[in-house]
Amino acid sequence: MNLPTILPTEREATVVERQSAASPAARSLNRARLLRSALPALSLVVLLGTIFILQPRAMSYMGMNLMLNLAVPIALATIAQMLIITVNDLDLSLGSYISFVACVAATLLNEHPWLGALALLGCIAAYAALGALIHARRLPSIVVTLGMSFIWTGGAVLLLPAPGGSAPQWLQALVRIKPPLLPFAIIVCIVLALLVHLLLMRSTLGVVLRGAGGNPLAIAKAGWSLLKVKVTLYALAGGFGVLSGLFLVGLTTSADASVALRYTLLSIAGVILGGGEFVGGRVSPIGAVLGALTLVLAGSLLSFIRISPDWQIGAQGAILILVLALRTAVNRLEARQP
Amino acid sequence: MNPSISRVFNKPWLWSFLAALLIWLATLVFNRGAGSGALLSGALGFSAFFVIVGIGQMFVISTGPGNIDLSIPANVALSGAVAMKLMDSQNELIWLGVLGVLACGVLVGCANYALIRLLRIPPIIATLSASFLLQSLAIAYGRSVRIQPPDDFYAFATGRILGVPYMALAVMALALLMGYVLTRTLYGRWVLAIGQNPRAAELAGIRVARVRFATYVLSALFASVCGLLLAGFSGGASLSMGDEYLLASIAVVVIGGTSVAGGFANIPGIWGAALFLYLLVSMLNSFGASAGVRLILTGVIIIAVITAMSGRQAARA
Repeated sequence: MNLPTILPTEREATVVERQSAASPAARSLNRARLLRSALPALSLVVLLGTIFILQPRAMSYMGMNLMLNLAVPIALATIAQMLIITVNDLDLSLGSYISFVACVAATLLNEHPWLGALALLGCIAAYAALGALIHARRLPSIVVTLGMSFIWTGGAVLLLPAPGGSAPQWLQALVRIKPPLLPFAIIVCIVLALLVHLLLMRSTLGVVLRGAGGNPLAIAKAGWSLLKVKVTLYALAGGFGVLSGLFLVGLTTSADASVALRYTLLSIAGVILGGGEFVGGRVSPIGAVLGALTLVLAGSLLSFIRISPDWQIGAQGAILILVLALRTAVNRLEARQP
Repeated sequence: MNPSISRVFNKPWLWSFLAALLIWLATLVFNRGAGSGALLSGALGFSAFFVIVGIGQMFVISTGPGNIDLSIPANVALSGAVAMKLMDSQNELIWLGVLGVLACGVLVGCANYALIRLLRIPPIIATLSASFLLQSLAIAYGRSVRIQPPDDFYAFATGRILGVPYMALAVMALALLMGYVLTRTLYGRWVLAIGQNPRAAELAGIRVARVRFATYVLSALFASVCGLLLAGFSGGASLSMGDEYLLASIAVVVIGGTSVAGGFANIPGIWGAALFLYLLVSMLNSFGASAGVRLILTGVIIIAVITAMSGRQAARA
C-alpha cells in the first residue's frame, strides 16, 4: 500500500534525528528516544504488575503458563504482520491465512503428513508469489490481501466445512512441553523476539530489508533487487504465519475456518503497540512481541477485575489508544527540545 | 476509434457494469431465463447496502493514500443495535431511532478524526482502535433479546414497487446526490484535490484538515445509515451483521474504478461493482458451487480485477 510519506510524526522524527546528530543537546533527545523505545516494555510491566497485585497466584509457573499460552500464536502472527509492514504494506488476510493453516494442520497434516507438509510449503510459496505480484504490478497490498482473505477462508471451508479435525499428536505434545524454571510460552516468546531482532536489526540482510521500506530508491540504486526483498519478506511472513497456525492448533487441538480471524487486527495492533510505524521501515521485533503480550494480558486483567468479557476487545482498543497517546506525548516533548 | 466512443470506453465505471451484465446473462442462460426479474430485484435490494457503505469509504479513500475507514463493520453493528433499541418495535418511535442513528454516526466520525488528529496516527490505526471500542460497545449495548423493527419500518425496508425495492430507490437518490456533491460542489472538488496532492491543495487555500474531518464524519454517517436499514431489512440487529462490510466496502470502491491512491473517484462504478458482487455470488449459487468455492472465486476475481486495472492505469500514464 502506498502510505503518505509525509505523515506529521514521520516528518518530526526525521527532523529530530537530524538534530540529534548535529546539536549538542543530543543527550536529552536521546533520553526521549529511549523513553519512546521503552514504552512497549513499560506498558507490559505496568500491566503485569497490576495483575500480580490483584491476583498474586498468577505470579506462578502455572499462572503464567495459563495466561500466556494463547499469546504465542498471536506473537508469531504479530511478527508476520511486522515483516509485511516493514515494506510499508499491510496484510489484511493474515487471520484467515492462519485459520487456513490451522485447518490444514488439523486435517491433511494429521492424516497424510507428507501431503500436509507440502501444502504448508505451498502456503509459504503463495505468500512469496503474492509479494512478487504486489511488487511487479505495484498493487495496493490492502486490496490484494483482502482478496486473498476470501481465498484462504474459502480453502479452509472446503477442508473443514464444520469445526472439527484433530491436531497431530506430536504437535499437541510439542506445545505442552513444560521446561523447568520458565513456562514454555515465555521461552518461545524470548527466543522469537531475539531471533527476529538479530535477523532484522543486526544483520546486513536486515538492513537491506528495512531499507526497502525506508528508502526503496536508495536500496535499488545500491544494486539490490527490490523484488527479491519483497519476496523474502512475504515468504518469511508466510513462514511465521504457518508457525502461528501450527502452534494455535496444537493448543486448541481442533480447528475451524474462523479460528484465528481476529488475529488480523490484533497483529496490526501489536505491531503498532510495539513501536512500529506504518511508513519508513521503522519496526521493532522485540517491541512487536511485547505488544502482542500486552494485548493478550489486557484480556486477563479484565477477567481478574471481574469486568464482563464484553469489554475485552474494547480494553485492547483503549490500551492501544493510551499507548499511542503516550508516544505522541513523548514525541511532542522531543520536538520541543532546543 | 471514434472519439466519442473512446470517451465512453475510458470511463472507469463502465467495466464494473459490463461485468455485472455479463454475469447476469450467464446466470440467465444457465437457468434458461427463469427468475430473471426476481434475480435483478434481489440484486438491487442487496447491493443497496454495499453502495451506502461504499460511497462513504470512497470519499475517505479519495482523500489520499493511507486514508481508509476500518471502523465501518463495528459502526454498522452498533448503529443497528441503537436503532432497534430506540425504536423499541413501536411505529411512533421510528423518528427517535433514525435520529439516534444519525447522532451515533456523527459521533463515531468525530471520534475517528479526533484520534487521527490528536494522536497523529495513521487513519488505519485510528479507525482500527476506534472499531475495537465500538465493537465492545455494540456487544455490551446490544446484549438484550433480539428486538423486532417497528412494522412500518420493516415494511419500508423490505417493500418494493414494480419489483424495485424502496430501499434501492432511496439509495439511488442518495447516490445521485453524492455524485452531484463529488463532481459539482466545492467540497467534492476539495476531496479530489487533496487526494491528488495534499500539499498543493493546502497551498491553494483548501482547509485540508476540515475537509478530511468532514469526510470521516460522512463515512461514519453512511455506515450508521447502513446499520439502520440492515437491521430493518433483516428483522432485527445482530452483532455480526457488519462483518462482511469491511471487505465489501473496500471491494466495491476498487472494482468500481476508484483509484486506491486517491484523487480519482466515481459513484456509478460503486453501483456496478455492488451489483457485480451480488450477481457473482448468486451465479455461483445457481451453478451449485459450495460456500468454499464461492469464496475462493470471489477472492480470485477481486485480485484479477485489481491486477487488470493496474495494467490499464500504467498504460494510460
